[in-house]
Amino acid sequence: MRDWREDKRFFWAIMLLPTLWFIAFFVVPMAMVWAYSVGENQGPVDVAITGTFKNYAKAFSPEVLKVMWDSIWISALTTLICLIVGFPVALAMTFADEKQKAWLLLLIMLPFWTNLLIRTYALIAVMRTSGVINNGLEGVHGLLTLVGLPMGSFEPLPLLYNKFAVIVGLVYVHLPFMVLPLYAALDRLDKSLIEASLDLGAGHIQTLLRVVVPLAAPGIAAGLVITFIPALGAYLTPDLLGGPDDLMIASLIERQFKRANDWPFGAALSFILMYITLIFFALRAFVERKGGKVGAH
Amino acid sequence: MAKRAARAPLDYLGSPAIKGWLAGVFLFLYTPLIILILFSFNDSKANIVWKGFTFKWYVKAFENDQLREALFNSLLIAVVVTAISLVVGALMAFMFWRFRFPFKGALESGMNLPIVVPEICFGVAVLLFFAKIGFPTDLPYPLNLSQIIIAHVAFAFPFVAIVVRARLESFNPELEFAALDLGATPFQALKDVIIPHMRPGLIAGGLLAFTLSLDDFVITFFASGPGTVTFPVKVYSMVRFSVTPEVNAASTIIIVITILATVLALRAQKPVGKES
Repeated sequence: MRDWREDKRFFWAIMLLPTLWFIAFFVVPMAMVWAYSVGENQGPVDVAITGTFKNYAKAFSPEVLKVMWDSIWISALTTLICLIVGFPVALAMTFADEKQKAWLLLLIMLPFWTNLLIRTYALIAVMRTSGVINNGLEGVHGLLTLVGLPMGSFEPLPLLYNKFAVIVGLVYVHLPFMVLPLYAALDRLDKSLIEASLDLGAGHIQTLLRVVVPLAAPGIAAGLVITFIPALGAYLTPDLLGGPDDLMIASLIERQFKRANDWPFGAALSFILMYITLIFFALRAFVERKGGKVGAH
Repeated sequence: MAKRAARAPLDYLGSPAIKGWLAGVFLFLYTPLIILILFSFNDSKANIVWKGFTFKWYVKAFENDQLREALFNSLLIAVVVTAISLVVGALMAFMFWRFRFPFKGALESGMNLPIVVPEICFGVAVLLFFAKIGFPTDLPYPLNLSQIIIAHVAFAFPFVAIVVRARLESFNPELEFAALDLGATPFQALKDVIIPHMRPGLIAGGLLAFTLSLDDFVITFFASGPGTVTFPVKVYSMVRFSVTPEVNAASTIIIVITILATVLALRAQKPVGKES
């Protein structure tokens, strides 16, 4: 590490491009949204930055609050399911040998690398009315009727275009977000502590709850935040898998910018989502620091 | 009891319960994708029952001018974004690794923001930005893709920087001093000692930028001017209306490209990793 004054010209040459790109194409656009969030529509295209809080107040109307609440509980439930589903996977990865570890990691990461839209589309194909699941069920139903069971007519399960579909889709997409930080945390764990707990007579479940989980708390917190935040801001999954009543914040923001043409309100909603995001990351940093202190004792 | 003693207490992978759980998780993750790939070869428009093997959906997808154009646009954008993000990201990593300067901490957290900001927020910001600065929307092809490229680079290069920075942390500074002692100029030391050490990070970062760009729908959706279509945007409009085997075929092509890129990147990383 060197002081920048030691070689000023080299320093400027290195820092100019990344910093300028960041400021021009990230800070400036975000600042414009922020300015719009305190602006007012004047005519069809003009917006005056008046410093009003009207747009934020609008976000507390019942319809908008309902969308916010839906978004929050849907992403919270998604995160919880990801934790429950992902924890055993991360645990198995931690105690696998090197080769198995590499394979499991690859298997978890490969869908993650695959295009999000393709994955969502694949889910639609499986879950729609005449999709694989319903066809399979219809086949079973046909067989049962054939052997003489009074089954009635077959009703395909309404798997798509509801909150259930949104949650399945969000879990499908965000599972790797949970598994990777969990694995990273568990892998750093001192395995002898687990062995000690087992030797001293605690069962596997008790060891898990009283030794592994507290020690891996920072990793779990990281996983929760890293899963919850993108799920909360997800646009594509709720849009394609949900029905008209299953709006989430991102779709609401998109509507203000594309169809409703109320850019200041859209900007305010966008910044509410930003604030939630930043609060959660701050919380995570706090938990991590605290966790570090506990670990040092 | 005897069964339990057969495996080590921490060998969770050996436990039947965990094995079943893993099988379930991977079934959940892979069944939709495998079915999607299978049905791209199915000789039936309905996409429901297996009617026999065919390549006709691939032919159709390639004959669909819009789809082909969208696919080509996406790949072109991804390649350009990867190249620019690699340069900008590597510079950013090097800057924070090498130098101490005022407001470093603030700048560093700021420049990591694009990673955590929800896509939708950055998407609308980009839309607003290009609309208000009066960015020309009537540029000739391929320059009309530049809005998308600029936006993609803005969120992709901090990812590249993180990967490259992680790699730089393992650099032994004595190697650079040795090079300088042995008469290398600072530039030569950079080019022949530091950059070769960065290479695995650059490869991994490049792959990350490539997939991020190829994958992105939301930001492209907001950044693209009229008449520029990328693959995700095109598929999005097709999926809204119906599920057709043509989309399956095009998706399979993208999946194969992604897997190839991943395998190549893993291969490229290995020998270098072993050397150091």
